[in-house]
Amino acid sequence: MTPRMTRRMTRHTKDVAEDVPRPTRRGPRRGAPYAFLAPAIVLFLLFFALPIGYAIQLSLRTVEVQGLGLGSGARREVWAGLANYTDALADPELLDGALRVAVYGLIVVPVMLGLALVFALLLDAERVRGRRAGRLLIFLPYAIPGVIAALLWGFLYLPSVSPLHRTLDALGLPEPDLLGGNALYLALANIAVWGGTGFNMIVIHTSLRAIPAELYEAARLDGCSQLQIALRVKIPLVTPSLVLTFFFSIIATLQVFSEPTTLRPLTNSVPTTWSPLMKVYQDAFGTGDIHSAAATAVIIALVTLALSFGFLRAAGARARQGEAR
Amino acid sequence: MTTARVTPQAPQAPPAPRAPRRVALLPTAALLLGALYCLVPVVWVVMAATKAGDELFSTFTLAPGTGLLTNIADLNAYRDGVYWRWMANSALYAGVGAALSCAVSALGGYALAVYRFAGREAIFGVLLTGVLMPPVILAVPQYLLLAEVDLTDHYLSVLLPVLLSPYGIYLARIYAAAAVPSDVVEAARMDGAGEWRIFRAVALPMMLPGLVTIFLFQFVAIWNNFLLPFIMLSDDEKFPMTLGLYTLLNQGSNSPALYTLVITGSLLAIVPLVALFLLIQRFWSLDLLSGAVKS
Repeated sequence: MTPRMTRRMTRHTKDVAEDVPRPTRRGPRRGAPYAFLAPAIVLFLLFFALPIGYAIQLSLRTVEVQGLGLGSGARREVWAGLANYTDALADPELLDGALRVAVYGLIVVPVMLGLALVFALLLDAERVRGRRAGRLLIFLPYAIPGVIAALLWGFLYLPSVSPLHRTLDALGLPEPDLLGGNALYLALANIAVWGGTGFNMIVIHTSLRAIPAELYEAARLDGCSQLQIALRVKIPLVTPSLVLTFFFSIIATLQVFSEPTTLRPLTNSVPTTWSPLMKVYQDAFGTGDIHSAAATAVIIALVTLALSFGFLRAAGARARQGEAR
Repeated sequence: MTTARVTPQAPQAPPAPRAPRRVALLPTAALLLGALYCLVPVVWVVMAATKAGDELFSTFTLAPGTGLLTNIADLNAYRDGVYWRWMANSALYAGVGAALSCAVSALGGYALAVYRFAGREAIFGVLLTGVLMPPVILAVPQYLLLAEVDLTDHYLSVLLPVLLSPYGIYLARIYAAAAVPSDVVEAARMDGAGEWRIFRAVALPMMLPGLVTIFLFQFVAIWNNFLLPFIMLSDDEKFPMTLGLYTLLNQGSNSPALYTLVITGSLLAIVPLVALFLLIQRFWSLDLLSGAVKS
């Protein structure tokens, strides 16, 4: 996360620390905060920093096979420079995977956040019935693991068991192949939308509820309809939470792995390298080429970081513009 | 944002803005539709799990079958009840992992919220970048490093990497800042309490509602995790539920009889978490999940 975002996130927290008077005779020991943070820092070093460093090191090396590659000493690790990177970038499978994820993300993110916003506004509208039950049911898929969600939807897409296909068949209509061709994007996107809408709805609804009621009262006195209040008052005021959910949705999209992997046993049209992350897994454990897997992994990490920081900068610039106006 | 355009028609229904008690029909219908959409796979799996093997492919999918008890018995008998082993493993990974992760987050979040010290924002910022790292990027080198110390295919290989949760630390910091007043900390200090005692006896009880949220968040995240066990484990006695069902489905493409087991297993796997959510939502606010604190 950028320092800017960090600063934004910590704005609430600052007050406490600044209120603490200067250390008196009984002031806190200097080392105390570091001791409290020690477990987090140690875990970060061992399970985040070290693996990333190791991945970078692996990506810069390769295995050289001498002779027939038999016996000890026939295979040794040598420096490869950026060769793994140029190979990975020239690999059409990686580009194909990236394009597939881009198409998938272009469906998932707008649909999921659009639905989350609509449902959050509905939950916030006082004349809508069944809001408590609706909120709970729409949030329910959050409790269901992605693998099981993909598995359940996978069966619903499978012609031999799906109620959809059976109904279409009874009506004499053509049965769509949901697990192949372009429909596969919709099939996968549907799983993500189903699983993610509820959580985002909760985030947006929470920030809607933080808006003081006087604002609505004022807007209503000015003759605003419920719709106008939603569009002109509520949506602009929850923009920060929309930015946050958008950001996390993009990251989750880039990391899609378990849903396409789970659909693979049900269809032949999901290749092992459907998404770039699946390609990393395939390279590392399928083909056993950890060096090129590491290079691909580093490339994906860099793209993710670049996209995240670019997005946060853009969001920050727009916020500043808004403040200036 | 195509779907967002659905709303415009919705609230146009109310002609009189000053009659707030009347039910807005269209928006209510939209909410109902959303709720139904979320229920579809759940209703399907409940129905499908009641079907005996041949009924699954022969009867209408949303009609109940006659084989629920047989299916559960079959699942129970499959490889000497390995299914229940997966369930227990999932509970172990999620329970222990979430508890320890919650403790790490509480300590870190408390320190970041209450103390002023050199490097505070830098440490926080670096810890938060962990959110951005795609799990595969971490998991592959984590696997190779754990292999060096012979910990792959071990319970610890699935537990250790999930203990640090950047989002948990972020939430803990917000909760600690909102729930632990600085004058209370200062007063305890004046009374001669040590820093650790202040945390244990004063701050921790105040942070408790927030910590429950972090625990649940991590519990769900670990319970739902697939990638890490997928990479780390090969012995199916150590599999969590998600990985177990996946391998079962994988074998099912050769012998469709296993599909019934997969479906029954899925149903039994979602029951505990759904029950947990229905139970706790009475006395726990979902709002806390997005970092909201009551002012």
